[in-house]
Amino acid sequence: MTSISEDSDKEKVRSVSVDLNNDASLVIDIPDALCERDKVKFTVHTKTTLSSFQKPEFSVPRQHEEFIWLHDTIVETEEYAGLIIPPAPPKPDFEGPREKMHKLGEGESSMTKEEYAKMKQELEAEYLAVFKKTVQVHEVFLQRLSSHPIFRKDRNFQIFLEYDQDLSVRRKNAKEMFGGFFKNMVKSADEVLISGVKEVDEFFEQEKTFLLDYSSKIKDASAKAEKMTRSHKNVADDYNHISGALNSTAADNNTAFKKTISVCVLQKLEDRVASDQELKLTELLRYYTRDIQAAKDLLYRRARALADNENSNKALDKARLKGKDIAQAEENQKQCLQKFDKLSESGKKELTSFKARRVVAFRKNLIEMTELEIKHAKNSVSLLQGSIEILNSN
Amino acid sequence: MAASSERSPPPFPDSEEPELLEDSDEGADAFTGTSISEMDSPSPDSTKPPKDIFNEPLEDIFSDPLSNVNSEPQKKVDTKIPSPSSDEAVDLFSDPLDDDSEVVSSPEVQNPMPDLLNEPVQAPKSDVLGEPPVHKNAARQQDIFEDPPKGSSKSSSVKKAASAELFSDEDEEDLFKELPKVVTKKPQPSGPPVDVFTEVKSDVKVKPQVKDDPTDLFAEEALTAPAPKPSASSSSSRTNGVHSEEHDLFSEATVELSLDSPRNDRKKKDAVKPSVSAPVAPVASSSSKAPSKTLEELEEEESEDTFDLNISVTNPEKVGDGMNAYMAYKVSTQTSLTMFRSKTFTVRRRFSDFLGLYEKLSEKHLQNGYIVPPPPEKSILGMTKVKVGKEDPSSAEFVERRRAALERYLQRVVSHPSLLQDPDVREFLEKEELPRAVSTQALSGAGFLKMLNKATDAVSKMTIKMNEQDVWFDEKIQDVENEEQHMRKLHVMVESLVNHRKELSGNTAVFAKSVAMLGSSEDNTALSRALSQLAEVEDRIEQLHQEQAANDFFTFSELLADYIRLLGAVKGCFDQRMKAWQRWQDAENMLQKKREVEAKLLWANKPDKLQQAKDEIAEWEAKVTQYEREFERISATVRKEVIRFDKEKARDFKRQIIKYLESLLNSQQQLIKYWEAFLPEAKAIA
Repeated sequence: MTSISEDSDKEKVRSVSVDLNNDASLVIDIPDALCERDKVKFTVHTKTTLSSFQKPEFSVPRQHEEFIWLHDTIVETEEYAGLIIPPAPPKPDFEGPREKMHKLGEGESSMTKEEYAKMKQELEAEYLAVFKKTVQVHEVFLQRLSSHPIFRKDRNFQIFLEYDQDLSVRRKNAKEMFGGFFKNMVKSADEVLISGVKEVDEFFEQEKTFLLDYSSKIKDASAKAEKMTRSHKNVADDYNHISGALNSTAADNNTAFKKTISVCVLQKLEDRVASDQELKLTELLRYYTRDIQAAKDLLYRRARALADNENSNKALDKARLKGKDIAQAEENQKQCLQKFDKLSESGKKELTSFKARRVVAFRKNLIEMTELEIKHAKNSVSLLQGSIEILNSN
Repeated sequence: MAASSERSPPPFPDSEEPELLEDSDEGADAFTGTSISEMDSPSPDSTKPPKDIFNEPLEDIFSDPLSNVNSEPQKKVDTKIPSPSSDEAVDLFSDPLDDDSEVVSSPEVQNPMPDLLNEPVQAPKSDVLGEPPVHKNAARQQDIFEDPPKGSSKSSSVKKAASAELFSDEDEEDLFKELPKVVTKKPQPSGPPVDVFTEVKSDVKVKPQVKDDPTDLFAEEALTAPAPKPSASSSSSRTNGVHSEEHDLFSEATVELSLDSPRNDRKKKDAVKPSVSAPVAPVASSSSKAPSKTLEELEEEESEDTFDLNISVTNPEKVGDGMNAYMAYKVSTQTSLTMFRSKTFTVRRRFSDFLGLYEKLSEKHLQNGYIVPPPPEKSILGMTKVKVGKEDPSSAEFVERRRAALERYLQRVVSHPSLLQDPDVREFLEKEELPRAVSTQALSGAGFLKMLNKATDAVSKMTIKMNEQDVWFDEKIQDVENEEQHMRKLHVMVESLVNHRKELSGNTAVFAKSVAMLGSSEDNTALSRALSQLAEVEDRIEQLHQEQAANDFFTFSELLADYIRLLGAVKGCFDQRMKAWQRWQDAENMLQKKREVEAKLLWANKPDKLQQAKDEIAEWEAKVTQYEREFERISATVRKEVIRFDKEKARDFKRQIIKYLESLLNSQQQLIKYWEAFLPEAKAIA
């Protein structure tokens, strides 16, 4: 079972949530990852035909923090302001399963061997799932960069892929964290401020309202989906417990219940339904929650530029009025206008492609999820039919 | 008139005799055999005789009528004189009294008599004749003699009237003519009432029973009344372990006439056995055989269960207002069993009536080692909610849950062959108005007493240390204990499954809404459509989860809850057995003491007190044997009951689990349907 899911996961990995062009000139994957304490080391493997790399194939160890660094440097690069920057992967979180594992260890004495073995197995599976998910989001981040015509040429990106030493990025210290937080505050305040600026392009106006609306909805949906899968997992857990209890009852009781054990197999299926649902739907929604945030950031940057443009216009007007510094103001205004135009242009392109990408990704994931649901339901049906037959024949 | 005939029984006509002898012989043997060991034999008689009844003997029956005879001698017996005839006649009943009870002299022992006499009378009367129950023999007699005139000509029709006829005057006379002979033959237990009439008169002694039976018999063609049973059981309880089987047989026989073969065999066997007069000795020997035999039989019966009694509890309805409000349920019965007056009938019962039924049943049967199915628990909280009258879903759920539980409870009661025969059960199902059960209220005096009793029971249970000699019981007690634990665990888990599934359903609903919103703000039309479709699918899935949660609860969780209660009842049976054992041991100790006293007296050479000591020893010896027999009887019964229970349980579980799996299967299939319908939508996104 594990091997199957691994395979299918492998396939998914490449496709989850994003439609990437299968350009063979730069192929990145993360074949392996190592988890030690609270650090996760990903092995980033690259295969390329691009001449900017020294070798056609190489792999480097990278940590989560390095991914974040890459993301940050890209965000800070001016010229990328008009692009949708792929969202950074979330921090790996193994706390949940680890804690459970710990609890399990404590409670070992209070349960039977079988129960313990089962619980352990279950937890390991859960842990594995979380792990895979983590690897996957990191991989997707890199793949989105590599598939983007501009980002793939980014110097930092290439260094990230190629440089086989530690990039020696530190974790953000408290000051920087605070700085980031402050920046965010400023940003949101700024957003409010510039929201008053009249939009000149209708496309962006529309896009903005849509994205705002959409992002809140998708956030909501994603949260709900998470809740749903969680309760689904609970149900699956219950099945597991019930099957355990049935087993022990059956062990004690030679006649009546032996055959009812088949119920327990259900749990596994239910479990897989839950995890697949989670993987497909919830991940999709989650990813797009982040992606839309990225798009919103783009819009923000554009709006910022727009505001700058207006301001420079005003400044120019003022300067003209006052009759001094005209040349400087003109220069400034021209720059702003240029920047704004450029931003608008690339932003428009990005947003359109984002839209198309989103639709395609939704389609793909919905289809896959539906197929999986059907597959699981069919499995359960045949299992149930089998058990009913067994029961009836007895 | 009755009196006169009573006093001067006419001689038995010769012509009658051969026939009598033949038939009654069989009958008698059977009964003697049975009374001692088991009562299997009656059935052959009962099955055969019916024919006779309708073919030839009919006339005889009514003309000769033993039935009347019965009533009279009986009276004699009961009220006073141990005349020879009566003596024997009353054998069944007197056995315990004469042989054992005298010695024992405990109040219990004496009780049987009144029971015997009262119960049978009561049941038939109220049902058939519609008269108030009569407790005295004299009263009974009166009825009998009063009624008769009605039906005199009815012989062929086999109807109610017939019963009346039985008591008509001429018959009576005949009866008495023939009587004496009959009397000498053995008593006929309740099952065979039929015999009584066909063969005419073999027993005087069965009187009370015979009396009822006739009514039932004729009224409903064939089956014996439930009434006889209690009497049989009570009598048996006092005599020996074997007797308990006997009455079972009877009840079974009455329920399923089809099974005669095993009985025939047994009858032969029984016939060989020593008879009548000294029930005590044979009992011991036969008792060892009894259980195994009955077990086999039990199996046979289970396999060809032709049980035809459908009970449903429907239409819960609130009656009254405020704190005095209560829920009344419609109890409808549908049956082809002839012990009931009609094929379908309906009564309204309230919850406390169900509890009252349980009280009555457990009072009567628990001490004999029967597993009396427990009713659902009282729920003050749930009921208060209902009373307050909030129409919220939880109280509706509560009512439905209780309704279903009550239905299962009743079905369990009637599926027990012995309990089905209980007059209280019948009354519960049939009678329009039931006296209000008061003792079931938690706060009443009776409730308090019950609590007290329970407490003392618990204490004594802890103090009694029984060294178990029977491996079977040893294992079984352990098994039941384990099983209960497992069940409880399982139950908790299933409950949490139900809750989680409900949660899941709620979350799915929320998600569906959220997806619908997302769909509405999606600007790609195809995707937007797909999303709203997805919302719909999720909505349906939510329904599915909800239904499945209900299924989880009603087919799985409630099943477990029921069995946790039932296992409690099983444990109660084990406790009863232990109590019997304790009584026996106590008596044994007492006897030991008395013997020591005797030895001392002997040594001290005090002849005057010696006699008294000897008497006491004799008394205690008798008690010991009696208690020992009681213990053996209860062991046999419990064993049989537990085996029956296990079977029933396996069947129940299998049925319910299949049902449950089917419900799961069903929801999975629905799921497939929903998703398959959605798939093209998803593919249509472009």
